[in-house]
Amino acid sequence: MHAGLCGWVMIFSFDLLINAVVSGILIGGFYAAVTSGVSLSFGILDIVNIAHPAFIILGSYVAYIVNTTLGIDPILTAIVMTPAFFVLGAGIYQIYYVSFEKRGQESLRGLAFFFGLLFITEVSLVLYFGVDYRYVEAPYIGPTWHLGVVGMPLRMLVPCVVSLLLIAGLQLVLTRTFIGRAIMAVAQDQLALRLMAIDPIRIKRIAFGISIATASLAGAFLIIIQPVEPSVGREYIGRVFAICVLGGMGSLPGAVIAAMLIGIVESLTSTFYGPSWAPAVSFGFLLLTLAVRPAGLLGR
Amino acid sequence: MRTPLFLVICLAVAAAVFAGAVAVGNDYVFFAGYVILQYVVLSTAWNILGGYCGYVNFGSAAFFALGAYSTVAIYKLIGLNDLPHIVPIPVLMLAGGVVSGVVGFGMGYLTLRLRGAFFAIATLALAVVLQTLIVNWDFVGGSRGAYILRPEEVPLIGSYIKYLFLVMLLLAVAALVIARLIERSRLGYGFATIRDDELAAEASGVPTLKLKLIATTISGALMGMAGAPFPYYIGYLQPSSTFGLDYAVNSIAMPLIGGTTSWVGPLIGTILLGSLQQIATVTISSAVNLLLVGVILVAFVIVAPNGIIGLVHTYWQRKPDDFVGRRRVETDAPGSVP
Repeated sequence: MHAGLCGWVMIFSFDLLINAVVSGILIGGFYAAVTSGVSLSFGILDIVNIAHPAFIILGSYVAYIVNTTLGIDPILTAIVMTPAFFVLGAGIYQIYYVSFEKRGQESLRGLAFFFGLLFITEVSLVLYFGVDYRYVEAPYIGPTWHLGVVGMPLRMLVPCVVSLLLIAGLQLVLTRTFIGRAIMAVAQDQLALRLMAIDPIRIKRIAFGISIATASLAGAFLIIIQPVEPSVGREYIGRVFAICVLGGMGSLPGAVIAAMLIGIVESLTSTFYGPSWAPAVSFGFLLLTLAVRPAGLLGR
Repeated sequence: MRTPLFLVICLAVAAAVFAGAVAVGNDYVFFAGYVILQYVVLSTAWNILGGYCGYVNFGSAAFFALGAYSTVAIYKLIGLNDLPHIVPIPVLMLAGGVVSGVVGFGMGYLTLRLRGAFFAIATLALAVVLQTLIVNWDFVGGSRGAYILRPEEVPLIGSYIKYLFLVMLLLAVAALVIARLIERSRLGYGFATIRDDELAAEASGVPTLKLKLIATTISGALMGMAGAPFPYYIGYLQPSSTFGLDYAVNSIAMPLIGGTTSWVGPLIGTILLGSLQQIATVTISSAVNLLLVGVILVAFVIVAPNGIIGLVHTYWQRKPDDFVGRRRVETDAPGSVP
């Protein structure tokens, strides 16, 4: 009987382990979407957009408003809203460029600028919507697929799949199109770009616009996965930068790998040690990465 | 002005402030004043690393909270051993300062090789790691928070809040004197070389790593000292509010609004923003006052990049060189060459 109990415990924890890893991968897919914007702005353009999570929460609230008033699917809403977010991003970059980059003051004041933006966005949302948790309705939010012992909630699976599609699309744009290659080039040599009669500021504006546009989608994923209130975004600040740095700054494939890794480790930690320890994992990872290998996993 | 004279003037001003607050005769003045003084210390401490060295610390709240939680730990230890006497606040401050100073040193050591932005992110990460540790540490209350019993009266001074106010006032004076001392010493010039061009400083023999470690330690220790009396002020300490982003944003916004190059900047910024916040909290709401901080911060970094001090400087001494300098910077900037 004793051996039987042991076997049962083994199977039980094995199931738990498999499920934790799978849910880690699913949440990692979502983290990858959250990070893709930061990989563009911070990784490639060197703009420390610490307010990125706030724009993601903004995306969540846009999806929430449209979903509750018109009943439209949040992901569809997010895709339709990307041009608006692109314009917002391009506008913010213009302000950032004129006020900081042009004057060469981006390091201290640029950071403070984004920190202020983070605050303004968050507090405005609090003032307008309050601190209640908001959620959306969609057909895929309830059910779970079961493959043997593994359970895959669709509300995790759908964002993960769409997010991977988004990143694959972004990677294609970056490597195959003219604009994409120009964005990659602007990170390396602005002068060379100018000599080829391309305005680096225009390219950066487009790149930052794309980076904020991804926040629209990431926001929709977030509110599908969990109920959202304005200050949820703060939890993601460290996480996205951890993933971005761990993945090697500008590298999108690196970001996906790092996101999955952090997703799995977080999920294992919260399964076996309790959810209250999970936040420390990604940040601990970040501190370790910064201290030991600042270039990240797939660093330049 | 020599430092002893400066100290005397500071103490005289502090005495006048205290006398003025007593003259009002309402304890609310002390409650509001304490918060402002606490921010004087926090913003001055932030400025030693952020303004003098140019390293942005987003983790002010963590250092502040460490100071507060070292007080809670000491309080609980005394409770555990059934000791009757309460530890005087200055001793608690010292303890909090040591804890935060050590963590500041550790953080500096861990992030020595990082460029500015990475350092800023690392401090943010540190804040979350520390918060998670505190949340999971049941001895100091964990996520439930901890109660601290505040004594009613203090001999010679009167109500306890008056005493806390006085202690914080003295700490603020100490912080300002230290900041001014650093600014005018070899240390301060070393810090300035790091801010202006770390690589060039390193190449000309400035021990940048050592200086950065000194800056993170002093800055962290002062923030911890500011946090140490906080449990006695608030009565109930809870991780999510003690590690709140309000401390981080305020300790950044106040020096940037005042001006980061001198000790006066954080002081001016704190008095302005701190009073404004106290007024907004009472008359409108505490959410609005955070919005206010955000908007003012963004407006200032865009419109007046050198803060109020910078505005005053350009107003008093408009040198023709400035215009030449500005034009040169503009043509050097990327994108302006056709």
